Amino acid sequence: MRYLPLTDEDRELMLDRIEVAHVDELFADVPADKLLKAPLDLPRHKGELEVERMLSRIAAKNMTASTVPFFVGAGAYKHHVPASVDHLIQRSEFLTSYTPYQPEIAQGTLHYLFEFQTQVAMLTGMDVANASMYDGSTGCAEAVLMAHRITRRNKAVLSGGLHPHYAEVVRTSSHLAGDHVVTMSPDISATEDLLAQIDDSVSCVVVQTPDVFGNLRDLTAIADKCHKHKALLIAVFTEAMSLGLVTPPGEMGADIVVGEGQSIGNSLNFGGPYVGLFATRQAYVRQMPGRLCGETVDADGRTGYVLTLSTREQHIRREKATSNICTNSGLCCLAFSIHLTLLGNKGLTQVARINHANAVLLADMLAPIAGVDVLNETFFNEFTIRVRGKAADVVEAMAQRGVLAGVPMSRLLPDAGLDDLIIVANSEVNTDDDRRAFVDALRQSLSN
Amino acid sequence: MLNKQGRPTTPAAAHVEHRETFTSNRALQLEEALIFDVGREDVCGVDFDEPAPFKARLGAHARKASTGLPGLSEPEAVRHYVRLSQKNYSIDSGLYPLGSCTMKHNPRLNERMARLPGFSDVHPLQPVSTVPGALELMQDLSHWLITLTGMEAVALSPKAGAHGEMCGMMTIRAAIEARGESATRRVVLVPDSAHGTNPATAAAMGFEVRSVPAGADGIVHVDAVKALLGPEVAAIMLTNPNTCGLFEKQIVEIADAIHAAGGYFYCDGANFNAIVGKVRPGDLGVDAMHINLHKTFSTPHGGGGPGSGPVVLSKRLAPFAPVPFLKRDDKTITLVEHAKGTQAAGRITAFHGQMGMFVRALSYILSHGSDGLQQSSQDAVLNANYVRACMADLMSLPFGNRPCMHEALFDDAWLKDTGVTTLDFAKAMIDEGYHPMTIYFPLVVHGAMLIEPTESESKAALDLFIMTLRDLAFSVKRGETERFVGAPHFAPRARLDETRAARQPVLRWTPRKPVLAEAAE
Repeated sequence: MRYLPLTDEDRELMLDRIEVAHVDELFADVPADKLLKAPLDLPRHKGELEVERMLSRIAAKNMTASTVPFFVGAGAYKHHVPASVDHLIQRSEFLTSYTPYQPEIAQGTLHYLFEFQTQVAMLTGMDVANASMYDGSTGCAEAVLMAHRITRRNKAVLSGGLHPHYAEVVRTSSHLAGDHVVTMSPDISATEDLLAQIDDSVSCVVVQTPDVFGNLRDLTAIADKCHKHKALLIAVFTEAMSLGLVTPPGEMGADIVVGEGQSIGNSLNFGGPYVGLFATRQAYVRQMPGRLCGETVDADGRTGYVLTLSTREQHIRREKATSNICTNSGLCCLAFSIHLTLLGNKGLTQVARINHANAVLLADMLAPIAGVDVLNETFFNEFTIRVRGKAADVVEAMAQRGVLAGVPMSRLLPDAGLDDLIIVANSEVNTDDDRRAFVDALRQSLSN
Repeated sequence: MLNKQGRPTTPAAAHVEHRETFTSNRALQLEEALIFDVGREDVCGVDFDEPAPFKARLGAHARKASTGLPGLSEPEAVRHYVRLSQKNYSIDSGLYPLGSCTMKHNPRLNERMARLPGFSDVHPLQPVSTVPGALELMQDLSHWLITLTGMEAVALSPKAGAHGEMCGMMTIRAAIEARGESATRRVVLVPDSAHGTNPATAAAMGFEVRSVPAGADGIVHVDAVKALLGPEVAAIMLTNPNTCGLFEKQIVEIADAIHAAGGYFYCDGANFNAIVGKVRPGDLGVDAMHINLHKTFSTPHGGGGPGSGPVVLSKRLAPFAPVPFLKRDDKTITLVEHAKGTQAAGRITAFHGQMGMFVRALSYILSHGSDGLQQSSQDAVLNANYVRACMADLMSLPFGNRPCMHEALFDDAWLKDTGVTTLDFAKAMIDEGYHPMTIYFPLVVHGAMLIEPTESESKAALDLFIMTLRDLAFSVKRGETERFVGAPHFAPRARLDETRAARQPVLRWTPRKPVLAEAAE
């Protein structure tokens, strides 16, 4: 077995040193009738070549984003990631180290976490950010719990433009904690009246921009009313790249900003691992969940970094901890940070403009098609179309024609009467040919 | 000593004095600035073409101010991150005996498999008809996890161990609600040796936490559990093997007792690496257990994530698994994404879980097979016991010199009155080129040192590690406190001031005040 260095001779010598005759004597505390005598009835070990063949065969059954015109988004996005990013995150010292509990020999990890936190704060227009969450949706649920701790209230209002899966994750954790959630109806045109929902009983309002339908939203008035009632505004995004081009939530008065960071530096991975971004105002730092890296000095006066404010965490606070989370998304936030460092403000603005331009091009091509309406007034790289017939069938038929066209809203919200909507995402990877293929496939699929 | 050409082959004397360099670098130990100090807003390491003119659809939402984010060209960026990486210890560079963390070798085949476009370049919401391979992979992994644990079902979506705990406890909450007992069953029993996440999870689920004291022998006794049982008890959360490195030998009796009282048995599976293929948690009466794929099944820790924490469930809890989950009929696998019409306890993440980690874990599992997995657990336990046996005469074992599972727990009784603490001892290990063991955990033991070598270490590597520990221990006994108290002496940084970091938190870079050129001159 190529991963096991001990030889049978080693094992004998070691058993002698331990003064036991057989390795099962070390398992003497396991009830004798429960100890398995032989390996379980499962396949035996395999060489690299064989495993590679088996898994490659399974992988080949999937339609991959790079091989077809690809327009699927709604929370995860296909972008080009520079080759150096994946190379660098596979450095042994990044890939195979643990959480930096011994900071003297983990300055590499801590240094990039400090940079990552700063980048996220700058991107979102907030004071501080943590060292990342599992993903955007879990970050969103944690943000609501944080708002409850700060306001000492327990009622959250969720915008109808919030990604339905994010809303579901929030409702699940709120149900468990015994908190209240008001979920607004799906808001296709970004015209819902959130202001009417805000009063002294509300802990927080959760609004996504660009929202799940792709609309851009102004949060200023909501922030003002929230603050008048001592409630918090939680701003959410699922497409981090939008922040290169649109007004950041911090400038619109958000108190907590959470989002999915996958689209910078990370692959689609069928849903994970991703990286949740989480930022807030300085005043709320001690109520923030998740890991935090901070600057300090060593015994010789040199600048260095450590994990800090751990008094919020479970290994010290146990059942009084601010959250049960004890990990971040280390390697994914490294990928995010490297990609963003390669981009800088200049590159981020450029790639965001290309994303927007490509979306505008496709929207303009779709508008004249009979039986298709582009619903958005505003958007970044994603918009919603209404089609004649069932959107899921149209998307399926387009997939059969080799175009992955987008996400039917019914996939996210099956019983909302929104069976004719498709959320269409664009990015810098889409070419003119891709867009023509989209239009052709859509035309053919509609006429069926 | 000089060689034949007159070149010195051994240094005349060790340099003990502190020699400054101009750069503050020390040969391969390189200082590195923050990207904010060296990067520039107008520099970019990626090339883009300007799009053809178009009419923007941003409305009034266009960003006005720059993000201020610094950029680096590709060579500068590569150098920055390579230099940073060199400041990290890693399992690839040496033995990493962190107890309860299972720092085993991360096979590179797994990395290659996870990067197959069929797995990495697939969207979670593309039509299910275009991803049969993704479902097949999840199904194959599920089959292995269910068979290895002897359980009924598995929920794959939890993103880490603590998220798995949440998922498992959620199914217990849902089962209790379904029985109409949610108003009365509100207490969860947690041993005081448990990981801190256990009580934190129970509290986050709205349960009241009641602590179970461990016996003097380091394990939980069924009588102590029975004394706390009642109609208000929803569950017990027990780690097995426990955080003292011991198998909970009364586990079957404890499971029977909790079941008889109408509660459920949650097992923290963080230490599953000790028993894979040796005993199945399902045979012990476990109702729910998370499996840390990043521990037992070798997916890389990545400096603190991403993890993955699937939860195996008993027949009684299986119907309450959160969406999404796989449903398997004779030949077809269906992905169930909506709770309506099921008893699912809700949704805990946007998509299907850590697919990238599923691929790596399955690659590890297929490579080992049932025989290799069993051998791995045996070797992990053997290695830990070897360290225990070789150190028992010098360091103190809180529960006596008896067999342990895959980690050996020492306390600081042997350091009493030496002027050296557990922390000092750990930091001196850094100077010897080792990552320290887990220290001050579990809390039930004073000055704990928890050593988990894993099955990845050769006997030669263990022998050198043991000799090093023995040398350090003798040094303590000889009163050479300066070797410990100021340690580490040779790491990229000396001990860092954690108090200052917490009292005056600096959590981000901020622009320095501009220095006027005249003032600088």
